Amino acid sequence: MSFFQRLTGRSNRSATAARDRLRLVLVHDRAELPPGKMEALKDDIIAAISRHIDIDTRGVHVSLTRDRHDQRLVADISLGPATRRRHLN
Amino acid sequence: MSGTIVTVTSGKGGVGKTTATANIGVALASDGARVVCIDADIGLRNLDVVMGLENRIVYDLVDVVEGRCKLRQAMIKDKRLSELYLIPAAQTRDKTAVSPQDMIKLTKELRTDFDWILIDSPAGIERGFRNAIAPADIVIIVTNPEVSAVRDADRIIGLIEAEEKGPGRLILNRVKPEMVKRGDMLATEDILDVLAISLLGVVPEDDGVIVSSNQGMPVALEPRSRAGKAFRDIARRLCGEDVPFEALQSKDGFFGRISRLVRPGGDA
Repeated sequence: MSFFQRLTGRSNRSATAARDRLRLVLVHDRAELPPGKMEALKDDIIAAISRHIDIDTRGVHVSLTRDRHDQRLVADISLGPATRRRHLN
Repeated sequence: MSGTIVTVTSGKGGVGKTTATANIGVALASDGARVVCIDADIGLRNLDVVMGLENRIVYDLVDVVEGRCKLRQAMIKDKRLSELYLIPAAQTRDKTAVSPQDMIKLTKELRTDFDWILIDSPAGIERGFRNAIAPADIVIIVTNPEVSAVRDADRIIGLIEAEEKGPGRLILNRVKPEMVKRGDMLATEDILDVLAISLLGVVPEDDGVIVSSNQGMPVALEPRSRAGKAFRDIARRLCGEDVPFEALQSKDGFFGRISRLVRPGGDA
């Protein structure tokens, strides 16, 4: 455990893993969208967006997040390096 | 005066529903309330042995529902507390022998004679669970500080809210404060944070629970037991008393972290 981890009270103890795994599993349970289906959804999102705009398919991250009242599907889609785009324009 | 129906459920098996039901019943009855505990786990009867009343069973819940006996005949009086009764589950039948409507009808009859009607739900989310929550005014969800148990509790909370029986109240059972302190067990705050439910009580792991169940004497009757104290506190909170939560499960605060910094050997 690093000095910083000690100071902030974060640790690599198993309760931290339990907390993270619990949050992830609940987010998927509540959305009724298991992780495997998320991958299929991600592929569909990539295909749909690629029809309109070039994207960096390796830079696509789809995730579920939640707070107490709200859960959302977040798609983070990289369009690739900005310099190349400027060059093409 | 009309009694309150409280259903104790969990989703996952083995987290302490039956222990909680017996102990809350004992604690409420010790304070002079009239209490009846109903074992709704048909086919897997156990509340009778936890309460130490297994030798007195003649009739059971299914006998009442199917009209083979009067409700009063199936009620077993507790050995120690004059105002505590048990209605045992049938052992040779299954959950389909009783319907949610049967449970509503039966508990309606009990409301007039008792202050508290406690229902011990079976594990799972099927018929037995539906039977147990159908008449509930208050639902208590029991869980343990483990990923699997908390996940099931979350599922149960969702189902209870869908049935408009929510939001439910949480008992966190079998907490080991030393493990929480060293970061190897989910803390109460972690669990409340993900479940977003109000806390009814935290029960520490206590060897006395096993010893007392060996003897059929609920631990709430033991004045010196930590788990017993936790269950008595839970009963008082159910009655609306504002009982402070003991800090047995709290994560160490800033000073705890500082002390670990200066004594690095004590951690890692």
